[in-house]
Amino acid sequence: MSFDAQYFDIGRLDRLSYRDTFVHQLDARVKVIATMLFLFTVISFPKYEVVALVPFFLFPVLLLTIGEIPVRFILKKVLLVSPFAILIGVFNPFLDTATMAVISGIPISAGVISFLSILLKFALTVSAALLLIATTSFPGVCHALRRLGLPSLFVSQLLFLYRYIFVLMEEAMRITRARDMRSFGSRGAGIQVFVRLIGTLFVRTVDRAERIYYAMLSRGFQGDIPSLRRARIVVTDLACLTAMVMFLAVFRFFRITEGIGCLVQGLLR
Amino acid sequence: MSHHIIEFRDVFFRYPDGTEALKGVHFRITHGESVGIVGANGSGKSTLLQHMNGYLLPTSGTVTIGDLNLTRKTRQEIRKKVGIVFQNPDDQLFMPTVFDDVAFGPVNLGLDDASVRERVYRALGMVNGLALRDKPPHHLSAGQKSAVAIASVMAMEPDILAMDEPAATLDPKSRRLLITLLKGFTHSKIIASHDLDLILDVCERCIVIGDGRVVADGPAAEILSNRTMLEDNSLELPLSFQRRSSG
Repeated sequence: MSFDAQYFDIGRLDRLSYRDTFVHQLDARVKVIATMLFLFTVISFPKYEVVALVPFFLFPVLLLTIGEIPVRFILKKVLLVSPFAILIGVFNPFLDTATMAVISGIPISAGVISFLSILLKFALTVSAALLLIATTSFPGVCHALRRLGLPSLFVSQLLFLYRYIFVLMEEAMRITRARDMRSFGSRGAGIQVFVRLIGTLFVRTVDRAERIYYAMLSRGFQGDIPSLRRARIVVTDLACLTAMVMFLAVFRFFRITEGIGCLVQGLLR
Repeated sequence: MSHHIIEFRDVFFRYPDGTEALKGVHFRITHGESVGIVGANGSGKSTLLQHMNGYLLPTSGTVTIGDLNLTRKTRQEIRKKVGIVFQNPDDQLFMPTVFDDVAFGPVNLGLDDASVRERVYRALGMVNGLALRDKPPHHLSAGQKSAVAIASVMAMEPDILAMDEPAATLDPKSRRLLITLLKGFTHSKIIASHDLDLILDVCERCIVIGDGRVVADGPAAEILSNRTMLEDNSLELPLSFQRRSSG
């Protein structure tokens, strides 16, 4: 993907988070806590677990629907980072060859099952994190983190990252455009030019950092970024969090898939 | 009650790399004056502005704001009196939302939540920017960014307003709005710009800086109609005067 396309892609994720649906309106703290609980619950499953993980896809699906987030967009992002998960698990089938199950005559090794488990956990956790960002504005997440007790220095770093990633990307975009306009074919696109380009970007960034610091000093900055408290947790937020905790507990400790299976068999009989 | 006076007395400034940016600048701006600062690129305008709230300290000479001499110790106080609006609003708007950005100064002044909120609303109202308050700065147009940048300084209710090239990125309509806004601001104001028509419109006095020195200082209408002096300093007659002289 070209640089411009990448830029607009990040911008798209950001714009999604400024929509106005039920999920978007929930308090950011609630969403952060719910996402964390979700992540920990998914990770807490033993390494050969596959069946019990499947019901958890209900949450991303619900969020996608209620939050009106385009499915393809999130899927693409999950695929983009999937090589990491695949690399971690891809050798399991060769290392862990004990047969664990036989499905219609084909023996399934424990490695295949743990590989599958890794992929499922990966898909669940990454999509949950992406959906948190797509349904909550980034400043909202940061303020939530601060109020949940994260050190303010760390939160300030995150806020600046968010504020200036777009400015920095625009700067990089302008520099690459200027290069592309004057480089014909492969000339001017080599690694040497690229290194200098990065250097220019770095120097400009340092200059900009200095100007920003000056602007901050001009307005009385003395080491801490203050924030006004605005969001308030309402009953709906608490209700959602409670429901989330209950569902997570049920999904974690009861064999939902088996239950549904038995029910369906019972109905068919 | 301090009078909003700015006085530069024989101010010299040398950058760490040896560049002599100011070579004996001398002027006095009294309460309620509006002063345009013009000069060629690299003549020292921005360096001059950076002295006004103590980002840079003079190598020699004194800068006096109100009744305070600018030193390392007094610059926190001075920053409360002098509000500076920067050339590039992206440098000025560093908070993730417009509201937070405009609130940054007042919160640092130690105001309580209710007064901060009131100031933010008043400042944003002044620049017609109330509707923007929950937006992140990167979703704003250049004109909106510069309006918010002005609001973020106005929210601190400074005695003296200093601006570096305020209209450079604005479309004609936004520029016109800015001029109206500036005319309504009754405290002392100092505007460094190449937009000579803007200066003619807003400022009654004009200081020409050339090679780190004050080359001319007087009523704006007089200074800005002196063709030879302006051209010697890489400037030209304001467009409104050019039209008059040719027509």
